[in-house]
Amino acid sequence: MSIVTRVLAALIAPLVAVVAAMAITSVVILASGSSPGDFWSIILEPPADRVYVNIVNQSSMIFLSGLAAAIGFRMNLFNIGVEGQYQVASYAAAITVGAALLPGLLNVVLGLLVAMVVGAAWAGIAGLLKVTRGVSEVISTIMLNAIAVTLVGYLLNTYGLRSGNSRRTTEIPESSQLGGWTPFLDRDGSVWTLALLAVVAGVVFSFVLNRTSFGFDLRATGMSESAAVASGVKVNRMVVTAMMISGAIAGLIWMPAFFGSAHTYGSTFQFQLGFTGIAVALLGRNRPLGIVFGALLFAFLNEQSNRLTLLTDISQNVVQITQGVIVLAVVVAYEVVRRRQVAAEQSRVKRELDRSVPPKNEAVTA
Amino acid sequence: MNASPTASPAAAATDAVQVTGIGKRFPGVIANHDVDITIRSGTVHALIGENGAGKSTLMKILYGVQKPDEGTLVVNGEQVSFSSPTDAIAHGIGMVFQHFMLADNLTVLENVVLGAEKLHGIGDAARTRIAEISRAYGFGLDPDRLVEELGVGERQRVEILKVLYRGAKIIILDEPTAVLVPQEVDALFANLRELKDQGHTILFISHKLDEVLAIADDITVMRRGTTVGEARPGETSKRQLAELMVGSELPSPQTAVSTVTDEVQLQVAGLTLTDAFGRDLLSGIDLTIHRGEVLGIAGVEGNGQAELVETIMGMRRPTAGTISVGGQDITHWDTRARRQAGIGYIPEDRHRHGLLLDAPLWENRILGFQNRRPASNGFLIDRGASRTDTERIVEKYDVRTPGIDTTSRALSGGNQQKLIVGREMSGDPVLLLAAHPTRGVDVGAQAAIWEHIKRARERGLAVLLISADLDELIGLSDRIEVLLRGRLVGEFDPQTVTPQDLGSAMTGGHDDQDDQTEQEVSP
Repeated sequence: MSIVTRVLAALIAPLVAVVAAMAITSVVILASGSSPGDFWSIILEPPADRVYVNIVNQSSMIFLSGLAAAIGFRMNLFNIGVEGQYQVASYAAAITVGAALLPGLLNVVLGLLVAMVVGAAWAGIAGLLKVTRGVSEVISTIMLNAIAVTLVGYLLNTYGLRSGNSRRTTEIPESSQLGGWTPFLDRDGSVWTLALLAVVAGVVFSFVLNRTSFGFDLRATGMSESAAVASGVKVNRMVVTAMMISGAIAGLIWMPAFFGSAHTYGSTFQFQLGFTGIAVALLGRNRPLGIVFGALLFAFLNEQSNRLTLLTDISQNVVQITQGVIVLAVVVAYEVVRRRQVAAEQSRVKRELDRSVPPKNEAVTA
Repeated sequence: MNASPTASPAAAATDAVQVTGIGKRFPGVIANHDVDITIRSGTVHALIGENGAGKSTLMKILYGVQKPDEGTLVVNGEQVSFSSPTDAIAHGIGMVFQHFMLADNLTVLENVVLGAEKLHGIGDAARTRIAEISRAYGFGLDPDRLVEELGVGERQRVEILKVLYRGAKIIILDEPTAVLVPQEVDALFANLRELKDQGHTILFISHKLDEVLAIADDITVMRRGTTVGEARPGETSKRQLAELMVGSELPSPQTAVSTVTDEVQLQVAGLTLTDAFGRDLLSGIDLTIHRGEVLGIAGVEGNGQAELVETIMGMRRPTAGTISVGGQDITHWDTRARRQAGIGYIPEDRHRHGLLLDAPLWENRILGFQNRRPASNGFLIDRGASRTDTERIVEKYDVRTPGIDTTSRALSGGNQQKLIVGREMSGDPVLLLAAHPTRGVDVGAQAAIWEHIKRARERGLAVLLISADLDELIGLSDRIEVLLRGRLVGEFDPQTVTPQDLGSAMTGGHDDQDDQTEQEVSP
């Protein structure tokens, strides 16, 4: 297949999905008695400078989350627990960095390491349960999500500092705060330094999966567990390792915001990124480039929808319908496209061979 | 529904099913050709043949899962053309699959009515009907038990009950005894006789000859996609059936000079493998293969061949015994270490164990070589070298493909197999485990694969060859061992052995033959 047709084939499914999502969202808005025109004019109008900054910041976190989910998906592991993993990891990192054990930037590195290790450990529980007790990772990670919320809530309420009527961890020292880059005016905010984590993680992910033996083992296990076993992959070890890598990436999700603006784990913690990541990973077909687009799209829709409630009688939540339909439609569209490609390739192979070689003896038996 | 009633006086009321000239092709493979079977009403008809002989395709055609490319199918005197199982069920044909399709957390009643709610509802009417059927055929099933509480034999009866509940008069059973212990087999046969007495017709698919002889009224044998013979149990011996199944044409004697050395390459001692239920899959296997030697394992499928290969490959852990390669004890090594020690593996099921179907050919070249040159340097994948070497395999092994970026799924079975053989032969293996290396491969490719194996043998390769094709076994092997119920039961010299000897050893020896002779003379 030429590069052009390949790119077109890859783009057609998401495009169809977005168009379907726009149509269905419009119908829902119509049905609720509002004007789809208003909705789309607000969503699609050029973003303000401040919104641009937010979109970049938000998509960096959504991207990391999508990556965390994708590494599991590539191995047929459904890590639904990204949400819990990054909560626990973020809290642990906030405590560590807040304690200021190391000076300045070293403290940042320590914080990131703690986040990754704790995220990996939390996800590793599900991996171990799967290989030793046969517990489905879907079930165990969902339960671990619930435990994570409760655990972090309890710890924060018991040991956290009071601020107003909520609690938070100790604020990190100024030397460990990473402001970022201010492309517009100061009041428009800045792009967090650690948004770069997303770029680094994406490149590393792509390299490991496509260029290393380990990555090949992981992808082979995802494509056919039985063939992987026969080729010498230790599947149980792969399951635990992949879960832990997924958890380690999950641990990084909130770090850009933490070092960039929050500086403490408290009421400013942003929930739900873990679930958004799952949707974005599906949308991006578990490929880093696809996840970049998915993350930008979701961040764009989220940020642009903020003004809906101000300017119209349409609820901001309508945008979640759009996002949901995009994911559903894209999954269906990918499968349709995949089947057609398989059929097309098979008939193409047959055609080319019929042309290029004399007829061969046909085999008998199935 | 496409079924159209056609007058067909020849297939009068006595024949439940008449199959004439049925053929079915898949890309690159002929699954069935010229299949002729006549199944008399009210009989148990056995269909036997090795795996891959085309039984399952024929079954799917009878049950409407697949449409034949040619030939006619007559059911109860009416010519039919099924486009789905629904059509088959409407004509009174039901099928019990080898792998049960039951919901464990539902009751017998719920499982039976699922999808057939229109017949008798889901309440007491259905319960009464199920109890009636269960009583009529001695199934002893309680409609309100949960399926998860039932044993294997009972679950199978639920499957049969499902089929009867839907009004089937012709019942296809796909290897029904594969999952049963002997007592359960006896119970099943009692049920089948009951069904037969009450006018049902049963098509019984199996490769276990004892069972077939015990239950069937008529036997049809399939080999290489077609029906090759018919037999009546009273007039046939197990040995004759075995010969029909595997083919008894004498192979051309091997002219090549023996290359066997006295250097031991593979030594297996006391190898025993026990399954989760404590049954022995392999017991006390002792075998030795020298450099330059091909050891053939003969046996009816399901007697431990797959288990033997997978244990030597490290995919299963033996319960007892040792395996050593080149004098080194590898019993506790993992699969990857064994591969790196130079064991090549041509798996029996290439789709499950040999290929990544959705990956391009060059990535399939890497499979099994993830830590070895040329595919990798141990840490990084070497794409360039993998691609180059894939080109070499495509060239040398005549893999017919438009290119190495084609996914392996798109290739025909024979070309997939050639790719696997080429891959496993690269990197100078010292030992090759070849399970059915030419199954489903076209004639030309088959000869080429044999030639590659012979040449590698001359260079000192030790080969463990498993095949259901006696011609292949006798033609390639330097020595043949027979595997029966997980034990090695006899050794033969391929230069002098006859297919009759092998057939007899494969099915458990001469006692049976004597019994049979007595039966034949008795009136």
